[in-house]
Amino acid sequence: MNFIEARKLVHEYIRRDEEGNVEGIDTALDGVDLDIKQGEFIAVLGHNGSGKSTLAKHLNVLLQSSGGTLWVDGKDTTDEANVWDIRKNAGMVFQNPDNQIIASVVEEDVAFGPENIGIPTDEIWKRVENSLKSVGMIQYREHSPNKLSGGQKQRVAIAGVMAMEPKCIVLDEPTAMLDPNGRKEVLDAVEKLNKEKGVTVILITHYMEEVIRADRVYVMDKGKVVMQGTPRSIFSQVDILKSYRLDVPQITLLAHELRKSGMDIPEGILTRQELVDALCRLY
Amino acid sequence: MIRDITIGQYYPADSVIHKLDPRVKLFGVVIYVISLFTFRGIWGFLLVTLALAAMIKISKVPFRFMVKGLKAIVIILIITAMFNLFLTPGETLVTIWKIKITKEGLKSAVFMAIRLIYLILGTSTLTLTTTPNQLTDGMEKAFRPLNHIHVPVHEVAMMISIALRFIPILVEETDKIMKAQIARGADFESGNLIKKAKAMVPLLVPLFISAFRRANDLALAMEARCYNGGAGRTKMKPLKYQKADHISYLVILGYLVIVILMRVLL
Repeated sequence: MNFIEARKLVHEYIRRDEEGNVEGIDTALDGVDLDIKQGEFIAVLGHNGSGKSTLAKHLNVLLQSSGGTLWVDGKDTTDEANVWDIRKNAGMVFQNPDNQIIASVVEEDVAFGPENIGIPTDEIWKRVENSLKSVGMIQYREHSPNKLSGGQKQRVAIAGVMAMEPKCIVLDEPTAMLDPNGRKEVLDAVEKLNKEKGVTVILITHYMEEVIRADRVYVMDKGKVVMQGTPRSIFSQVDILKSYRLDVPQITLLAHELRKSGMDIPEGILTRQELVDALCRLY
Repeated sequence: MIRDITIGQYYPADSVIHKLDPRVKLFGVVIYVISLFTFRGIWGFLLVTLALAAMIKISKVPFRFMVKGLKAIVIILIITAMFNLFLTPGETLVTIWKIKITKEGLKSAVFMAIRLIYLILGTSTLTLTTTPNQLTDGMEKAFRPLNHIHVPVHEVAMMISIALRFIPILVEETDKIMKAQIARGADFESGNLIKKAKAMVPLLVPLFISAFRRANDLALAMEARCYNGGAGRTKMKPLKYQKADHISYLVILGYLVIVILMRVLL
């Protein structure tokens, strides 16, 4: 069985008027199927309102589905008894770094998760040290989070999740509020965790450049998974992506336009180097 | 302007008092406050002064830093002193128009002022030598017995420490909203009190909305990290009494005995 498996997952937000009568139903997830293996780096791509954040909250059982089934680490999320086990194994990082840091000292914040799941004191110290090291924030362990930059705060949040030693980490637009520098810091840290520790990563984003690092991409639109595959196969379909109001990375777009105007360049160019190589091969 | 507000300011220094267990310090402050409001006469006054002076000296916090805290209570101090001065009946010293100043009034005004000043100085040694986190940790553990009568001690301690963490964030946000509203022509400075109060509405509404949004996000983040209340939680930095803490308890108890003896005998 896959690490995460979803079958026909449905989530409906029910809008009510002031008397509590149902005004309308918004279907945020509409029959989503997912198959994610242990150790994969998955990106979930989608425009605003595509249901990607709702999906993220399901993976951590912060939301319960209205229909369909979801297994995380072989456990059914609809069973109340599994909730804490799943949360322990599927950590979550949110968009706003300020709103997820609980303590006023970096190391105490990282310790918050392990404290909650009842890890003994000596072990907490080890885990805090290891996870701060793995995101490169160990030198800030005694600082106040308020004095850190956005990228640093987000790396502290990732360390806080890592200290619980989850098998999987779900990042819900972790870079949306960061500058390009902070974005790179955070993604490098995430990639390192995936490659070195074998943590399954599910990165929810709408930045195309971040998707290139993933093993596989799911594209969502209006609550449905509309495309899936490797970043290269997804980005070869520039016109379809555009119809979902998504932009491809600039390099890919340039290559696509060159190809359309008659140059013999393969589809799905992802990096500048690839484009340079393809162009050199022409002459 | 708004950034000058500091609550529970901590003064980092390497002193015995800084290293004490917060529970010891809480206990000490309670005893100190009791002694402050029960002493009588010049000898009691000397004893309390001595205790305060010793506390400040050992804490290594500069005295002028402590005096800063007194600025906030100047008005309360003056009002209290006035009430005591003019409204205490007794032997008249001076009469100005219809107001009489009595000997007893003068005495109680002076002592009341001293008590208030000592109260602020004494309690600020606690906050200046203890980080907010240690303080809430100490309170959580010291008040744990109240759990039996269904007081949510852990939850209250958690709320306080989260509030302390969010004060600087909300202050920054207030600053930001203020600037944004000023840029759109809002006027927070001019006009009378009512006008100024009305001008605060466009500041407070966005601030409240954002505070609620933050609270919602934080609750989700805490839940995602398996927060499930105080039961079954371990601590990264558990409180443990050291030798210095036991000695301090003895010193504080000794002080309490002397205070009681003086009150009874003198």
